[in-house]
This record gives sequence, C-alpha cells and structure tokens, in this order.
Amino acid sequence: MFVRMIGKAFLRQWKKMLMIAFTIALGASLATAMLSVMMDVEDKMNQELKAYGANITVVPKSTSVISELYDVDDENISGKYLKEEELGKIKTIFWAFNIVDYTPFISTQVKLDSGNEVTLTGTWFNHHMDLPTGETLDAGIASLRSWWTVDGEWIDEQTPGSEKCAMVGSGVAKRENLKVGDTLHVEGKKDALDLTIKGIFDAGGEEDDLIYVPVDTAQQLGGLEGKIDSIEVSALTTPDNELARKAAKDPSSLSVSQYETWYCTAYVSSICYQIEEVVTDSVASAVRQVADSEGQILNKTRLLMILITILSMIGAALGICNLVTASVMERSQEIGLMKAIGAHNPAITALVLTEVLCTALIGGVAGFYAGIGFAQIIGHSVFSASISIRPMVIPVVAVLVALVTLIGSMPAVRMLLNLRPTEVLHGR
Amino acid sequence: MSLLELKNVSKIYGNLHALDHVSLKVEKGEWLAIMGPSGSGKSTMMNIIGALDKATEGEILLDGEDISKKNARALTDIRRDKIGLIFQQFHLVSYLTAVENVMLAQYYHSIPDEKEALEALDRVGLANRAKHYPSQLSGGEQQRVCVARALINYPEIILADEPTGNLDEANEEIVVELFRRLHMEGTTLVVVTHNPEVAEVAQRTIVLRNGRVDHETVNENFTGKIKHITLQ
Repeated sequence: MFVRMIGKAFLRQWKKMLMIAFTIALGASLATAMLSVMMDVEDKMNQELKAYGANITVVPKSTSVISELYDVDDENISGKYLKEEELGKIKTIFWAFNIVDYTPFISTQVKLDSGNEVTLTGTWFNHHMDLPTGETLDAGIASLRSWWTVDGEWIDEQTPGSEKCAMVGSGVAKRENLKVGDTLHVEGKKDALDLTIKGIFDAGGEEDDLIYVPVDTAQQLGGLEGKIDSIEVSALTTPDNELARKAAKDPSSLSVSQYETWYCTAYVSSICYQIEEVVTDSVASAVRQVADSEGQILNKTRLLMILITILSMIGAALGICNLVTASVMERSQEIGLMKAIGAHNPAITALVLTEVLCTALIGGVAGFYAGIGFAQIIGHSVFSASISIRPMVIPVVAVLVALVTLIGSMPAVRMLLNLRPTEVLHGR
Repeated sequence: MSLLELKNVSKIYGNLHALDHVSLKVEKGEWLAIMGPSGSGKSTMMNIIGALDKATEGEILLDGEDISKKNARALTDIRRDKIGLIFQQFHLVSYLTAVENVMLAQYYHSIPDEKEALEALDRVGLANRAKHYPSQLSGGEQQRVCVARALINYPEIILADEPTGNLDEANEEIVVELFRRLHMEGTTLVVVTHNPEVAEVAQRTIVLRNGRVDHETVNENFTGKIKHITLQ
C-alpha cells in the first residue's frame, strides 16, 4: 500500500516532483562539478605549477652543513658529492608517483680557447628511465626549465653523439661570440673536449653565464665520474598544514599515528624526508617560495570550490523547502484525513519524506551526470584537460543531496506534524 | 454500561463556550441524531466524541475508558481502532481508487486486504465502481465509499458529520438506507445533521443550542425497517 501510495502520489503531482528533482539536480550538478574539480585540481594545478620549476633541491649533507657553517670548499670532504648510481632510487620512494620530474647537476670549471674560465654543468636534458614499476620517465631540464628561450634546440640525449653537444648561456655566447652550430673547445681539470653548440639559451638569470652538457661529459672533463653536486626535484605535493610544519622541523617529535599520517601524505617535507632515506648523505629541502605559492593557490582555489558547493546546496535547500512546503499545504486535507483515520505522525512523515527522497534520488543521479559534464567543460576551458571523476565524489554528493533534501523538507515536516485534522477536515 | 458517555463536557475557546457542560449517553447499537442550528456546538461535539479534539472540561467515556485525558498519540489509536468517521465533504484521497481509499483505513489499522475492501464496497453497492477514482464517482457514490472506509475496521461507533449535506435527494435516501442497514446489523451510529428528515429516522434525537442540550426526542415510530432501495 505504501509503495502504491508513493507511486500514485508521484503520478498525481509529477509537475511538482519534476520541479523538486530539477532543483536537486541543479544543486547536485554544481556540487559534483565543484567537488570533482576540487579533487582533481590539485594534480592539474600542480602540473601547471610544475612549469615554473622544481620545488625540492637535494644536496650532499656536507655541502649543506659544513660548507654553509664553516665556508670551506674542500673537494676531499667525505660526502661532498651525491652518488649518481642512487639517482634512480628517487623513483622508488613511497611517493614515487608524485615525483614528476628531476634532474642532477654536476659542475666543474673549464677553460675556453679565449682563456676565460666558465662553469660547465652536467645535467639531464631528456634522460630516459625505465622504472622498476614498468613505467618510463623522460626527465631533465628541458621540462624543468620550460620558460628558457632557446635559440637552436635542446640537446636530445636519445640521439647518438649527444655527449659531445652543449647548450651555452646567452651571457657566455655573447662574451665568446658563439653561435648555434659552432664548435667549442673546453679544457677541464682531467680532459679536454670539442663540443658542438646545439642551442643558446636565455634564462634571464645567473644561468646565462653557464654551459650545460650531459652529465657524463661534465664528469669526464672534471674527473668526477659517478659524482653529482645536487638534484632538483619537481613533485606533486599537498599543501602544508600544522602537522607538516611540525614534521618539517623534527619528524622525531611526532607520535606514531602522526608520523604515519605525515609519512603517508604527500607533504613536501614528507617527500624530502623519503628522498633523504634513499639518497645517501643527502639533505633534501623544499624551495619554500615555490612550495608555499603552490599551497596558497591550491588552498584558495579549493576554498572557492567549497564555497560554490555550499552556496549551490543552500540554494537547492531553499528551493526544496518552498516546493515541499507548497506540496504539503496542497495536500493538507489528505494528510488531515490520514491522521483522522488513524495514521500516526511518523507514518505520514515517512510517506512525505520517501516521496521527496525518491525524487531527490532521481534528481541527484541526473545532477551527478550533468555535473560530470560541467566538470569536463571547466577542465577543458581552464586546464585544457579532462577532469577525472574520483569515486569519492559519489558518496559525498549522495550525502549532500540527502542532507539538503532532509533539511529542505524540515519546515514542511514541521507543518505536517502540527497539522490538526479538525482544522483541515471541517475548515475550523 | 453505555458505549459512549459524556459527563459535564465543555469546550471553551476564549470567552466562547462551544460546548457548555453537556452530558449524554449513547447505548451500544443505538442510532442517535444530533441537530441544532449553526454554531450550536454540533461539530465541536462530533470532534470531541470522535477523538479529533479534546474537551476543556468533563469526562468522555468510550467503551468504559476515559478518553478525555489521553494524549494525541493515544487519541489517534482510539480513532483507528474504535471510531469510523464519515464527513460531509467525503475527503477521499483523489489519486487512489475507491477500493484503495477503503484499503487506506486498513493500512493504518492493520494490514490492507483488497478482498475485504471489495466486500465493504459491495456492502454499499459499489463493487462495480471499485477501480474508479473519486473524480469519476458521483457525490452519493463518494459518500458510500466513505461509509465503506468507515466500516472496514469494524469500529465500535460510526460518527457521521452532515453525511447528506452535499447529496441530492436520491443519494440522501441511499445513504440513510445504508445507515438503517448498519443499525439493523448492530452498529452504533451518531449522525450530526441539519436535515430533519435524516434525524427523524434515528432512534433518538438531541437538539443542541448555544452549546447545551436544548431538548431530546425519542422516535416512537422507529421501526428500523429496511426499505428496498437498489444500491446499484
């Protein structure tokens, strides 16, 4: 009988139910779109922000502590260099998936034909890696310095002979009158080489006074085989919170559960900590300016999305409130009759709420799919990429729709509970 | 013991005494008509007897149980189990068929039984209109559905508020005849009416005026004899 009543009530007031479903669909679609974008925006924004460079630098412990404290510069200090063989381990940490790019640096002084000394830095340009997970990664400064203006082209490490190529900073090129395609004779501490200039770059900073070559070439010239000065890492990170800030100061101050939470969250400090675990005698630190900016942008974007979601839900609740109250007022005689013939308040409340919740279910499902569409429109117009819908969005939207429906129905339920049969059946 | 007894019952709205120390007894199986001009307190009395409203003062004994101090939930249970209500405006649920309207009373009482609901409609001569919606029924037919709904849970007492107020003469006669049959079957009836023709077929009539029982008449010619009216 209950089902029959619900079904017939639907048919009878289909226009009103359609309006309620539409209102809920509108709220649910906005909530779905905003939540989907919010959950995916971190990755999307991170990807966008990665274009502005690395957010973690890794240096040897001795360089970090001894050199900075005592201002010594002795190549014989044990642990001054990082080990090249350990570079691959960075992609084996817990948050390996979040490491989107990284590149090592090894610098040495070289003498040019003009007699001038220049710093020559070995690095990856588009270094190809086959990871143990089966994934592949092309890492290097070609993607980490995407804002450089390059005359000529980037060195392609996959091309044979790339180890005899160099990219020259615009400052050096200007001083030495170098052009793309020229051969540059460089004399290092251990060896001398003729390098072909593949590109002249303008970085707009101190790097314009450097020459970049593949890692092996720099090691050969400086006699630094297997050694690395520093590593720059670009990682997708979660904005810092109180726990992350506490851990960044001293991870040992955390309780076991705090440590687990921190370790298993992609905070920049957590990723740094894990890099230090796999790279011997290293100190990994966040490039605070970049990391903080990313965090602030992400937090503000997220807040905006949450506000839009809340406002859309409030709007839906107000709409539902009006429509359900109107429906109950319209049906007051029917409800009065039910009370008169023996229906208790919970039974009538259940009937009305079931009708509204069934409508909400239809509206919610329609709104969810519409929301996926809205999310894709936002994704393509803002990030030029699809927004992936997280399964988590479904229960969150379902709970929001249920809550909004119930809250929106409360005034109507209150009216229903206070309705006296004598007032509606006899008109007094 | 009377089925229904009102002892000094008053209903006061501000300064208005809608019912003023009314005492009344209705025996089991009796057919009582309540008459009076507008504002005399007929409907107020109907609401109080029907457990739809509470008296300001006095006691109401239904089947020996004082219902005057019961809370709203208990009064709902009393309406559901002991009282069958018939309204002037019929008050059928518009989106349910005739048989479903009868089953609605069963649903809130116990378990809906379509077969039994159809039998109740048959008793009022509407078996062939069971699947019709209220909008497809005449006023008389709607009132008979209302009677079937009131009867379906075998109440102790049937309360009818102006049951013929919205009916033409032919349908009025059909409804009165239904009451006569119910009375013959032992049903206790309390009928509030403006219509002297409806009142005069009852066993006893009380006339209210200004919230008090003005006078009472017993129908000495009451036979309870059923006329042969074809309900179909």
